[in-house]
Amino acid sequence: MSQSDHSDSDEALAGTVPRPSQPLATLREQLQPSLFSVLFLTFLTGAIFPLLLLGFARLLFPTQADGSLVTGNGVIIGSELIGQNFTGVGYFHPRPSAAGAGYDAASSGGTNLGPTNPKLKDGSADDPATPAIDESFVGIRQLADEYRRSNGLAPNTTVPIDAVTRSGSGLDPHISPANAALQVTRVARVRGLTVEALHRLITKHARGRQLGFLGEPRVAVLPLNLELDRTAPLPNPASPQTSSRSEPR
Amino acid sequence: MRWLEYIIFLALVVGLVKPVGLHLARVFERKPTFLDRVLCPVETMLYRVFRIQPEREMSAAVYMLCFVLFTVLGTVLLFAVLLLQAWLPGGPHDRYLTTPMTVDLAMTTAVSFATTTTWQAYGGETTLRYLAQVFGLAAQNFLAGAAGLAVGIAFIRGFARERSATIGNFWVDLVRSTLWVLLPLSLIGSCALVWQGVPLNLAPYTEAHTLEGQLQSIAQGPVAALEFIKNLGTNGGGFFNANGAHPYANPTPLTNFLGLLAIAVLPASLTITFGFWTNRRRSGWVLLAVMVMIFTLGLAVCDFAEKSVPSNLKELNVSGGNMEGKELRFGVGGSVLATVVTSNGATGSYNSMIDSYQPVGVVVPLMNMLLGEVVFGGLGTGLQSMVMLALVGVLLGGLMVGRTPEYLGKAITPSEAKLLALYALVTPFVVLILSSLAISTDMGRAGLVTNSGPHALTEVLFAYASNMANNGMAMAGLNANSVFYNMTTAVAMLAGRFGLVALALALAGRFAAQGRRPITLGSLPSDTVTFGVLVLGTIVLVGALSFLPALVLGPLMELLQS
Repeated sequence: MSQSDHSDSDEALAGTVPRPSQPLATLREQLQPSLFSVLFLTFLTGAIFPLLLLGFARLLFPTQADGSLVTGNGVIIGSELIGQNFTGVGYFHPRPSAAGAGYDAASSGGTNLGPTNPKLKDGSADDPATPAIDESFVGIRQLADEYRRSNGLAPNTTVPIDAVTRSGSGLDPHISPANAALQVTRVARVRGLTVEALHRLITKHARGRQLGFLGEPRVAVLPLNLELDRTAPLPNPASPQTSSRSEPR
Repeated sequence: MRWLEYIIFLALVVGLVKPVGLHLARVFERKPTFLDRVLCPVETMLYRVFRIQPEREMSAAVYMLCFVLFTVLGTVLLFAVLLLQAWLPGGPHDRYLTTPMTVDLAMTTAVSFATTTTWQAYGGETTLRYLAQVFGLAAQNFLAGAAGLAVGIAFIRGFARERSATIGNFWVDLVRSTLWVLLPLSLIGSCALVWQGVPLNLAPYTEAHTLEGQLQSIAQGPVAALEFIKNLGTNGGGFFNANGAHPYANPTPLTNFLGLLAIAVLPASLTITFGFWTNRRRSGWVLLAVMVMIFTLGLAVCDFAEKSVPSNLKELNVSGGNMEGKELRFGVGGSVLATVVTSNGATGSYNSMIDSYQPVGVVVPLMNMLLGEVVFGGLGTGLQSMVMLALVGVLLGGLMVGRTPEYLGKAITPSEAKLLALYALVTPFVVLILSSLAISTDMGRAGLVTNSGPHALTEVLFAYASNMANNGMAMAGLNANSVFYNMTTAVAMLAGRFGLVALALALAGRFAAQGRRPITLGSLPSDTVTFGVLVLGTIVLVGALSFLPALVLGPLMELLQS
């Protein structure tokens, strides 16, 4: 492309600026700046810039730079920003996840199922012909039924859609306030707390819209469950009961 | 509340274009700015190392040659870094890197980042080492973005100059783009990201013991070093597989909003730089108005498609918008805004899974890319696409009234008309042929692992539209990490980068050599509402006529199914 352009524009231009008339000479002349610009600018933006940034980050925001990790009893429990799975009846449950085998924070992703794909709504069974791969997938219909059953809701209760859909990252750390409210009765019963006390806890861990207009109101699941464990420990924390809800994939 | 977010976003973009556009004009005219004290010594040193004379300008052909050489050598360096990453020190541990870095994957990734496409046929946290992400990918985010801005500036000079054989010096524009525009803004923006929670470390993946006693490995890394420049340089390739949906990459609604501003403001500001340099300020504002109109239309359609319960889920008694593949902190509003901005902005840093959008919701990003990223668009290349399509409009308008078509005093003679026609044809030609090839061969159909039917056709069309537009946004259900897709997407990326820029720069060179015709009663005024409507009509017509059959077979068919 550039070769033919070159001869084209030669005719059109008034030629007021000295430049080599031979295409090969031009190429040779520009090779050195090409090579050195790639090398030096890569070094500047790919080595000096990140190191400078690393310095700033460590100095100003060390906790965030390390990934906003949460510790308890000397071990790392997780990250404030990264969702983790909860299936026990005494905990608030996060959204279903498509990251790896569920909340795999080393392999993020969504289902990528199209809206008309029947698998999204009705799920699919494991193919017995391929024992090595687990094809089973819990569809939205089954997720909604299990959600109602595990929270003791009537079969026709309207379920907030975030409780039955998988997020884009599979690591969504939040649930909607409506979703949290529907789980209150179950958690209150297991923890021996009043419904009002739980609602107060939810309000404490709820986030409104940022700056008043950005994003959606939401409840952070890990901090909420962490506080539950601190203030009203489960009767037998060593063996958390699992609910009937199967591990979503 | 969603619309409040949309309106504030648009108001901020429109409010910022004038100061930013005029600042860009100063930077590339080499006039004094407040950053000179720090940057001028670095600039002088770089010119000495490159062995160039900054005052010596280039013809359009030489400018193009430098752009090609720079991109090709950048690709080669990145290709080498990716292939040799197994020998790079530092994390993450090998057991997490489950996707092998094959030669074809390294090749397509190198081309992808050097052309600002940043199409990713891999997941970052399961494929790449930290040093490859930073020294390889983050650096190319700067370099390719700066090269795009340089080309856009040279393109504007073609309209601004009279009887000039040159359109600037590529190396000067490149260095000034990097030092005066991308680096300072990235430094501030990246710090803001870390403050909001984006990690920046070289630590191994965290082994967390969850409250229920399970092990959770949490991917870490120098995430913030990549996540701001990916938007600012209109590249879009994320650190993690889920890109902007990952809570570490995009932890809060504010980081989302800042990233979207970073995508849109610089390209939109170039309309002001364009009007300022050509001394037709109102013409620049008209182009911006056309952009804002198409933007708003797309936003309204996509919002409408995603805001309520999908029709096939209504029987299940669920409430809310289409949240499959969307993050709760952004909600439908922040997700739709990101999809519209990133698809318009040649950036592809989506924060929700396009594959799970409703059929009408998918049409919006797809059309934005097929129209050639004219709304804000890629850094530098966006204005170029918009002006080229405006020129097609001028040409059509001129033919209809029987006068020599001219824009801003530059005449469109038959040879310029040929360049314009080619420009309008390249995208449909490449996208439709490659899509047909993919769906008519076994190798192509092998990638359709998640969905089938019309939706699968949309996935394929989306992939080539995205690569041709140097966007990189994906409907990720398509498994594109195969030799077939790695090769064919690379072809589309190269055609989109070099083919379109070569035609645009050739035209700019011709216009620079022309004089400027005086405005007469016979000239078509370029600063009126009528002209805006003409440009809008041309964009819609060119896009719709070229792609209507494909859109009917893909999204429309799926809409009828649902």
